[in-house]
Amino acid sequence: MSAIDQRFAELRAAGKKAFLPFLTAGDPSLAVTAQLLEKLSECGAAMAEVGIPYSDPIADGPVIQASYTRSLEAGIKLKDIFSMVAEVTPRLKMPLVSMASYSIIQRVGKERYVDDALKAGFSGAIVPDLLVEEAPELRGICRERDFSLIHLVTPTTPNARMLEIAKSSTGFIYFVSITGITGERNELPPGLLEKVQWLRERTELPICIGFGISRPEHIRALAPVADGLIVGSALVRRATQAATPEEAVAEVGKLARELVAAFDS
Amino acid sequence: MSRVEKQPTLSSSLPDAGGRFGDFGGRYVPETLTRALDELSTEYASAKADPAFQAELDQLLKSFVGRPSPLYHAKRLSAAMGGAQIWFKREDLNHTGAHKINNTLGQALLTLRMGKKRVIAETGAGQHGVASATACAHFGLPCVVYMGAEDVRRQKPNVFSMKLMGAEVRPVTSGSKTLRDAVNEAMRDWMASVEDTHYIIGSVIGPHPFPMMVRDFQSVIGRESRAQSLEIFGRLPDTIVACVGGGSNAAGMFYPFIEDAEVRLLGVEAGGLSAEPGQHASPLTHGSPGVLHGSFSYVMQDEDGQTSPVHSVSAGLDYPGVGPEHSYWKDLARVDYTECQDGAALETFDKVARSEGILPALESSHAVAKALEVAATMRSDQIVLVCLSGRGDKDAAEIARLTGRDY
Repeated sequence: MSAIDQRFAELRAAGKKAFLPFLTAGDPSLAVTAQLLEKLSECGAAMAEVGIPYSDPIADGPVIQASYTRSLEAGIKLKDIFSMVAEVTPRLKMPLVSMASYSIIQRVGKERYVDDALKAGFSGAIVPDLLVEEAPELRGICRERDFSLIHLVTPTTPNARMLEIAKSSTGFIYFVSITGITGERNELPPGLLEKVQWLRERTELPICIGFGISRPEHIRALAPVADGLIVGSALVRRATQAATPEEAVAEVGKLARELVAAFDS
Repeated sequence: MSRVEKQPTLSSSLPDAGGRFGDFGGRYVPETLTRALDELSTEYASAKADPAFQAELDQLLKSFVGRPSPLYHAKRLSAAMGGAQIWFKREDLNHTGAHKINNTLGQALLTLRMGKKRVIAETGAGQHGVASATACAHFGLPCVVYMGAEDVRRQKPNVFSMKLMGAEVRPVTSGSKTLRDAVNEAMRDWMASVEDTHYIIGSVIGPHPFPMMVRDFQSVIGRESRAQSLEIFGRLPDTIVACVGGGSNAAGMFYPFIEDAEVRLLGVEAGGLSAEPGQHASPLTHGSPGVLHGSFSYVMQDEDGQTSPVHSVSAGLDYPGVGPEHSYWKDLARVDYTECQDGAALETFDKVARSEGILPALESSHAVAKALEVAATMRSDQIVLVCLSGRGDKDAAEIARLTGRDY
């Protein structure tokens, strides 16, 4: 059982839902990313996604794309990210998931990526540009090591395919709320709750909803059908707008607390 | 002995159902795009088998594009090189001035067939943007073209043409502000608009079925060249040369000859300023297999899989990846890939202009430069056929700037 499975089992037993924040590794620096992770853990995040910066992201909106670019321009390498994670993991009360383009995993080598990620303290990976059809080899490697490989479903995924994805996914299913790229949005799309509910009734795997979620009211609306909610751009933007690293940590903590509180309100 | 027996490992029936050319190709895209790619695969398969679709496309290629484009004997260049006879496949004579129109008309027809209401495209040198804008104007489809801000600067005449034909040009200011960034932005737009928008990819790149479909639409170049060679020379050419950025004119030229083992195929990448990283755009020569823009192919990348910067004097070749079928042909050693540097391409541009009265696109100048070198080592009864993929009017201002001449 991976740390992610364990965490969801605990949450379910306690009748709770997960807050899953996303951060870009290395923006504005790896030291600050480590502090942000500690802060999010303190504030009640159930687990966190660490974005591995990529030069050509297709699924990401301007906020996350810009943070990837800043991190890469600062010379952050994959091994530096793994070192930071290895250093901070013992101080966290939550598992970590890497969010990495398949370009990176393929280049580094599938086995090596998973082994190094596990060694650093990651419990799973989200690979946004890896479709289930292209995933069998990586899936086998992950299964041997009890490392979760989290697949995505989207509003354009036909029902039969959703079930296929649910069968292939481990850890949880990442339910993309919108047809589009990451980024904060005012309104959540109509029909989302029904789509998640449809899948909810057909899989035991936890379902976490992401993309476009940024406000307490989104959480209040979606928490009843989801096992977890993922917030990325809103947190990254908060950190980016802060004048100093200290302020970034404080601001991210403040937003995280508001969002966590929304699960119980 | 049949051709198939001569070339047991080569198959012109690729890609397979997963979009693979050997190890290369596939689909590495966000899940959001899967349904549209499946729909496109199905629709394209049905269109390919539909005589009415093919007849409509053929008619358009004839009456709107001006096909067949002729083969032209570059006599003065041949004489100057003192070797093989150099012939040009005149794709520069197509409507809009390049081979790109062959593909955009095919994909625009598919857009209508799928009932999609809007088209997006990306462009480097602007030729694909102009061809997309043209096809969309012809069919009355709204068109948005993403173009790197650096390329907008380099290719003003094409930007203006696109606007004249009603397309919206969106400059992309992220990253290197060139073709790669334009592809990223177009993919992002498609992520949000996939339900009613078709993305006309301009080269043999991207997720399946794009590399196959664009190759098929561009194969008219090679099919005509084959028939024209048999008619004019009574045989096939000895060597065929084409430039390779993403690789669409080369794929279209080479594909119908791929099982003719006696024909040497030579692809020419952008050698830029030097072989140093960041100074060229030659993934087949200097890159390694990796994933970029939806498929597995040779790319310029660092040890972490981050895409490396590239450079070419030609905006159309300034791209860090290449079509997956070229990667397959390279590994099979069916096509030889080499590179030509900026300086040689610029010199060749002048040479072709003065010797033959033709302004070749800077992209095509790379192919001609290599063809001249190769021809010089061959006998005078041999034939080198170069795909003159586009015309160079669009490059005139940039050439003037680079060489310090008045424009």
